[in-house]
Amino acid sequence: MLSLKQRRSLNTLLMGVLAWGVALAIFFPIFWMLLTSFKTEIDAFATPPQLFFSPTLENYTLVNERSDYLHFAWNSVVVSFGSTIIGMMLAVPAAYSMAFFETKRTKGTLLWMLSTKMLPPVGVLVPIYLLFKDTGLLDTKTGLVIIYTLINLPIMIWMAYTYFKEIPKEVLEAARMDGSTLFQEIWRVLLPMSKGGLAATVLLSLILSWNEAFWSLNLTASEAAPLTALIASYSSPEGLFWAKLSAVSTLACAPILIFGWISQKQLVRGLSFGAVK
Amino acid sequence: MANLTIKNLKKSFGDIEILKGINLEIKDNEFVVFVGPSGCGKSTLLRSIAGLEEVTSGHIMLDHKEITDLAPAKRDLAMVFQSYALYPHMSVRKNMSFALELAKETKDVIGKKVAEAARILELEPLLERKPKELSGGQRQRVAIGRAIVRQPKVFLFDEPLSNLDAALRVQMRLELARLHHDLNATMIYVTHDQVEAMTLADKVVVLNQGRIEQVGTPLELYRNPANRFVAGFLGMPKMSFLPGKVTAIDASSVTVELTSGASVNLPAASEHLRKGSAVTVGVRPENIDVVEPSESSLTGYMDIAESLGSDTYCYVKTDGQETLTVRMPGNFACNYGDRIGLRLHVDECHLFDEQGNAVQKPSRMAA
Repeated sequence: MLSLKQRRSLNTLLMGVLAWGVALAIFFPIFWMLLTSFKTEIDAFATPPQLFFSPTLENYTLVNERSDYLHFAWNSVVVSFGSTIIGMMLAVPAAYSMAFFETKRTKGTLLWMLSTKMLPPVGVLVPIYLLFKDTGLLDTKTGLVIIYTLINLPIMIWMAYTYFKEIPKEVLEAARMDGSTLFQEIWRVLLPMSKGGLAATVLLSLILSWNEAFWSLNLTASEAAPLTALIASYSSPEGLFWAKLSAVSTLACAPILIFGWISQKQLVRGLSFGAVK
Repeated sequence: MANLTIKNLKKSFGDIEILKGINLEIKDNEFVVFVGPSGCGKSTLLRSIAGLEEVTSGHIMLDHKEITDLAPAKRDLAMVFQSYALYPHMSVRKNMSFALELAKETKDVIGKKVAEAARILELEPLLERKPKELSGGQRQRVAIGRAIVRQPKVFLFDEPLSNLDAALRVQMRLELARLHHDLNATMIYVTHDQVEAMTLADKVVVLNQGRIEQVGTPLELYRNPANRFVAGFLGMPKMSFLPGKVTAIDASSVTVELTSGASVNLPAASEHLRKGSAVTVGVRPENIDVVEPSESSLTGYMDIAESLGSDTYCYVKTDGQETLTVRMPGNFACNYGDRIGLRLHVDECHLFDEQGNAVQKPSRMAA
């Protein structure tokens, strides 16, 4: 029979093993991609897969020779930051009014906004494509910013709404009594109080826009193509080149991964905002 | 100067009318307490004055200037909230200086005013702390400090003490009274606690179901309640009510037969009472004596006695099945089930007609 103390430490151990297992399982594809990007094409195909091999940088050299990485990376930066900034400028006021001036229809509006995310994007591909063609937005960064803002807006409003709901209404009323204008009330009281949650919202929007592939593949050719389009260009015509594909994918997700790593403190705080307040 | 006038103020939420026509005058430097049971509209009235609620109709005037539709920021009022509503991301100093910054005061003026408020409220050692590092009482003082620095025309308090524990509440109550005295400011204070109302107010406004039941000084309301509601609401323990019937009337008194069969003769100017009218006799715990059963026609049994040390509150069941509360000295000894007689101080009793309105006592001149 185990004592209570022993059982507790066994529990902790098991939970630790489980957590590490899950974390490694999630991280494994990224790890494998990184590994493959340093293999030769032949090593990349080898069965059984090799864990030890002589690393090479030839994939990275090749990718750099064949395509202008910085051009695609810049497009990714512009469209994801652009759509996130515009999205936040719309989401914060929308969430503010829904969280603090709730009406009978607020819940319905929120659900309706989220329901737009349930529609398969391919269902509206043709109309959107034609719309973009007619308005000259095809293969422009402006076009991508618009579409990314629109597809992420429901989630951003929903998240901001949830964080705002945690804030006691009286604090905003106190600001109003203290003489704040609407803008001062939001900028100097509401935003600082919900910065953790809003940082999480910003990061999520950045990641979603950065990794978005469906619209960027369909609406861009070369001028405005972001990194996801670059990756896709390595996956078809002349056959599959796993090593090069891995190299370009690594290059594509490195910036957002590093950005996420740096801001993870904010993110964790934001996601657990309600729980620890 | 800060005279506040409220004229026929109405407020509805959807189909529900919360305020049903409020008329009120608040004079400069007055400490006015709105008191009433939950849902009587007292907080809504305060928030309407603050501008945090839009009113349905009626007028609010501050020094003869219409402020009914003005934004809260433009009214020159300060409010202390029940939950304190401090800005959690700002230090105590920032919390207090925020309004002054918004008003574009100079750094010197802000520093001076904050220092002065901090001195009055003994917050000086806490100025650099964040609200979460403060105790409930300290937070409350910061909330008051935030109001003081602005030197508003009127202070609004929304149940400011109800989140504090009992001992602290008594202490803060005294501090608020002192503050009113020192600042010489007009204050409007909402509470459901009738002790706060009695002790703090220059003028008590008793609200019930969206209407003002009575306005007056605490003692006026205690001694001459206009109706059964006010009589029952103020006073601790509550006034006891004995239903009965009028059996005889003369110029300055009325004889009432209680359900137990006992008769009492009360001084009353009773123009609209008839023989046989249903009435209620109200009597406060301090206005009843316990006597031998043979000495009084009103008799009953001792139910529960609560000994508080200074006083003993006896709950008595009369032979007519009414419950009466009697205040006796702390050393009063009695047992459950003891048979006793009760003698009412008839001059101090209150008489209410069928609608619950107080029947006037004959004026002292006539008596």
